[in-house]
Amino acid sequence: MGFPDRIERTVEIAHPPAAVWAALTTPDGLSAWFGQQASIDLRPGGWAQMSFGDDFTVEMRVERVEEPSVFGYTWPINGLPKDDPRRTYVEFTLQPVAAGTRLTIVETGFAQLPPDEHDKAFSGNASGWASELGELVDYLDAA
Amino acid sequence: MPPDVESVAEQVFAALADPTRRALLAALAANGPTTATDLAALLPISRQAIAKHLLLLADAGLVTAERGERRRVRYRLQSAPMRVAQQFLAALARDWDQSLDQLTRHLDRIARRSAGAEDA
Repeated sequence: MGFPDRIERTVEIAHPPAAVWAALTTPDGLSAWFGQQASIDLRPGGWAQMSFGDDFTVEMRVERVEEPSVFGYTWPINGLPKDDPRRTYVEFTLQPVAAGTRLTIVETGFAQLPPDEHDKAFSGNASGWASELGELVDYLDAA
Repeated sequence: MPPDVESVAEQVFAALADPTRRALLAALAANGPTTATDLAALLPISRQAIAKHLLLLADAGLVTAERGERRRVRYRLQSAPMRVAQQFLAALARDWDQSLDQLTRHLDRIARRSAGAEDA
C-alpha cells in the first residue's frame, strides 16, 4: 500500500511535560514554533486559528484536551479547497520520562474519501460550474 | 479506506506524467469544457494525438465527454480524482520533522531564558 494514511513521529524532549504542553496549547507557544500568529479556544469543540505568513490561515478544531498528556485537533488537508469537509486528525501525546518528555505526534486521515466524493471520483458525473451556470441562465431567462 | 483510493491517485499521476496529457488537462482547467477540434487549435498537437489522449483520460475518469452546442462533443475536466491525488501529496508534504525541530529549539530557548533570569 503506497498511500500513507497515518504519519507518526516520536521525539524525546529535554523539558518537562508542562513546558511542552504550554508550547502546544497556548497562542504564545504555538506562534513561537509552529505558525506566525495563533489563537486558541482550548476546549473540545473550540476553534484555533494559526497563520503562516500572508493569506494562509488554518482553522483547527480542538478535539481532545487532557492536560498535560493528550492534545488533539483536526485541520484541513493542504491543497484541498477551503470548504472541503475532509480534515486530518492530529494528536499529541506527552509522556513524562527521566530525560523530560516523550512526545508522540500522530496525524491520520490523509487517505479518507467521503462517499459522495467517492461517487464523483468514479462515476464521472458531469456537474459543477457548467450546470450551475446553466441553472443561473435558466433563472435569468425565467425572470 | 476504500481500496481504490490508491488506484485513483495512480491514474492521476500516470496521466500527469505525459506532457501532452498535462497540456490537455491544463487547457481544460483553463478554458472549461472544450471540443477536440478547439483543443487542437489551442495546442501544438495533432487532432489524432489529442483524440488518443482524451480517450485515455476518459478511461481514467479524468475527463468526461458530453454533448455541447450543435451536438458537438465537448470534454470536461473531472476534478474529484485530482483531489484524491492532492491528499497523497499533502501527506508527503506534511513536514513534522521540521516542526518538531522548531518545537525543541523553542523549548530550549525558553529554558535558557528562565535559567538566565534565575541567575540574575
